[in-house]
Amino acid sequence: MSLLKIRNLTVEFDTAQGPFRAVDGIDVEVSEREVLAIVGESGSGKSVSMLAVMGLLPPTAKITADEITYAGRDMLKMSGAERRKIIGKEISMIFQEPISSLNPSFTCGFQIEEVLHRHLGLKGRAAKARALELFEAVGIPDPERRLKSYPHQLSGGQCQRVMIAMAIACKPRLLIADEPTTALDVTIQKQILDLLMGLQEEYGMGLIMITHDMGVVAETADRVSVQFKGRKMEEADVLSLFEAPQHPYTRALLAALPENATGDRLLTVADGWEGVQ
Amino acid sequence: MSVILEGRDITRDYIVSGGFMRGAKTVRALHGISFSLEQGKTLAIVGESGCGKSTLARILTLIDPANSGDLIIEGEKIDIATRKVTSDLRAKVQIVFQNPYSSLNPRQKVGEVLTEPLIINTDVPAAERRKRAEEMLVKVGLERQHYNRYPHMFSGGQRQRIAIARALMLNPQILVLDEPVSALDLSVQAQVLNLLKDLQDEFNLTYVFISHDLSVVRYFADEVMVMNSGEVVEYASRDEIFTNPQHDYTKTLLAATPVADVDKIRERVARRKALFEGA
Repeated sequence: MSLLKIRNLTVEFDTAQGPFRAVDGIDVEVSEREVLAIVGESGSGKSVSMLAVMGLLPPTAKITADEITYAGRDMLKMSGAERRKIIGKEISMIFQEPISSLNPSFTCGFQIEEVLHRHLGLKGRAAKARALELFEAVGIPDPERRLKSYPHQLSGGQCQRVMIAMAIACKPRLLIADEPTTALDVTIQKQILDLLMGLQEEYGMGLIMITHDMGVVAETADRVSVQFKGRKMEEADVLSLFEAPQHPYTRALLAALPENATGDRLLTVADGWEGVQ
Repeated sequence: MSVILEGRDITRDYIVSGGFMRGAKTVRALHGISFSLEQGKTLAIVGESGCGKSTLARILTLIDPANSGDLIIEGEKIDIATRKVTSDLRAKVQIVFQNPYSSLNPRQKVGEVLTEPLIINTDVPAAERRKRAEEMLVKVGLERQHYNRYPHMFSGGQRQRIAIARALMLNPQILVLDEPVSALDLSVQAQVLNLLKDLQDEFNLTYVFISHDLSVVRYFADEVMVMNSGEVVEYASRDEIFTNPQHDYTKTLLAATPVADVDKIRERVARRKALFEGA
C-alpha cells in the first residue's frame, strides 16, 4: 500500500535574481516496508522536497503540488495542528548533522521524553522507562548514564543513535533519513546503516533514504530515484539501476565512482553527458 | 627513484587541561610513525577521525614540530622546533585542506590568494606575480579573468581548484592533500581527482593523500598507510592492502566501506524479499 504519495511537487524560492525553482515537478511514492533512495548531488532538490512534505521550509518557500497524500489523507488540506499530529509521530525524520540537530541545552533523556510526552502522553516514570528501552534498542552503550548526558558529551555516532531513538520513539510508519551517515566515519556509518535497516525490517516502516553516496544506495535501497537540478531523471528498482542504468545522467554518476575507474582517468558527468542543463 | 620524504619514529604529544584544580594531561596523538616516500608517488594515509592523520599532516607541512623522531625532506633532517623554517623549505611542501569553503579568506580576491605565497616567500616583482597566478588559474582549469573575483563567486569544486592553485604557486615538490575531495559532489570529485593526477604527471609531484574514503584511495594511491589511534597498523602497497589486508582494523575498514557491487545488491534484494514475503 502506498504510504506517501507526491505528485508534481514544485518548490520555489524568491531570490534577488527572481524566483528560483529548487524542485521542479517531482513525483515520489513510497510504500510500507519499502526503502526508497533519493540520490542526487548538491542542488538536486533531494532534501528540499522532503522538507516541504514535513512542513519544515521557511514561509518564503512557495510549495505547490497536485497531490501530497499520507496513508490516503490529503496533507495539502491539513491544518497545522493536524499536520503536527502526524509529523514526528507517524512520519519522522533524521538529519545529516546529529550534533547540531539535538538541543545542546537539554539532556538526551529530556529530549526523547519530550517526544514521548507530546505524542504519546507518557510522563514521569513511564516516559523514563520507554526512553531507556529506546536507547537500548538503538544500541547506545551504558544507556542509563547516557540519558543524563548532554549532546556534547557524546560522539557523532552516539548522537545519531539518539536522533534515531527519537525518530522511532512513536513507531513511525515512515522514516525520512536525510544523509544520515554523511558526517560519520565509515565504520560508524556501517553501524548506523545496519541499525536503520534492522529497525526498518523489524517495524516494517517505509524508509526514504536521501543520499549522494551510490555505495549507501547499493546497500540499502529497494527502489531508487535519481534527481538532478530539481527534476527526476530516472526511477528504477535498485538492481536494474546498477545493472542497466537508463538515463545518461545515472550512467555518468556511476562512471564517476572511483571503483568504476577504467584505466587512469575517471569519467566525469561533464564528459559523459551534456543533457538537461 | 629517490626518496624525497621520510619519517622516522615521529611522535607528537598534546597537552590538554585536566579541568579545574586538576593537572594537565598529556595525550599522545602519534606513536612513532615511520614511512618513506619516493618522488612522484602517492602515499595515502587512511584512518577515522581522531587517528592522528591530520596531526601528521601538520607535521609534514612544517606547521607543527614533532616531539621526537626525524622528518627528512630530500635527505635533510628538518627540525622546526629548533630552526626557523626558511622560504626555500616552505616552498618544498604545501598543503590543500579539506574544506574549500573555510580554507579561502572570503575577503581576499582569488588573485591575492594566489600571489600571497609569492609575496611572503619570494621577491618576485608584482607584474610577474600576476602573470604566474593567471597561468596557474588556467592550469587548474579556471580562467584568467577569475583573478579579480572573490571565493564566494565559485562553486565548491572551483574553490578546491583555487586552493590547489595556491598550493602550487611556489612550485612545491611535495603536496599534502588533507581530504581534498571529501567535501565535494561525486562528479566534481572525479574532476578534481583527474586534475590532481594530471598535475602530478606534469610536475612530478609527490602526494601525501589523507582520506577516509577507501574507494578513492584505491583509485589514487601507490602506497597506503592505515592508522588507528595514533599508530600505523598497516603500511603496504595499494594492491597488497586491497587484495590481502593483514591487520584486523584494515579488514574492518574495508568491510565497512559501502560498494556498488551488482552481485551484492542481488543477494540483498533476494534476502529482503524472502523476509517480507515470509512475514
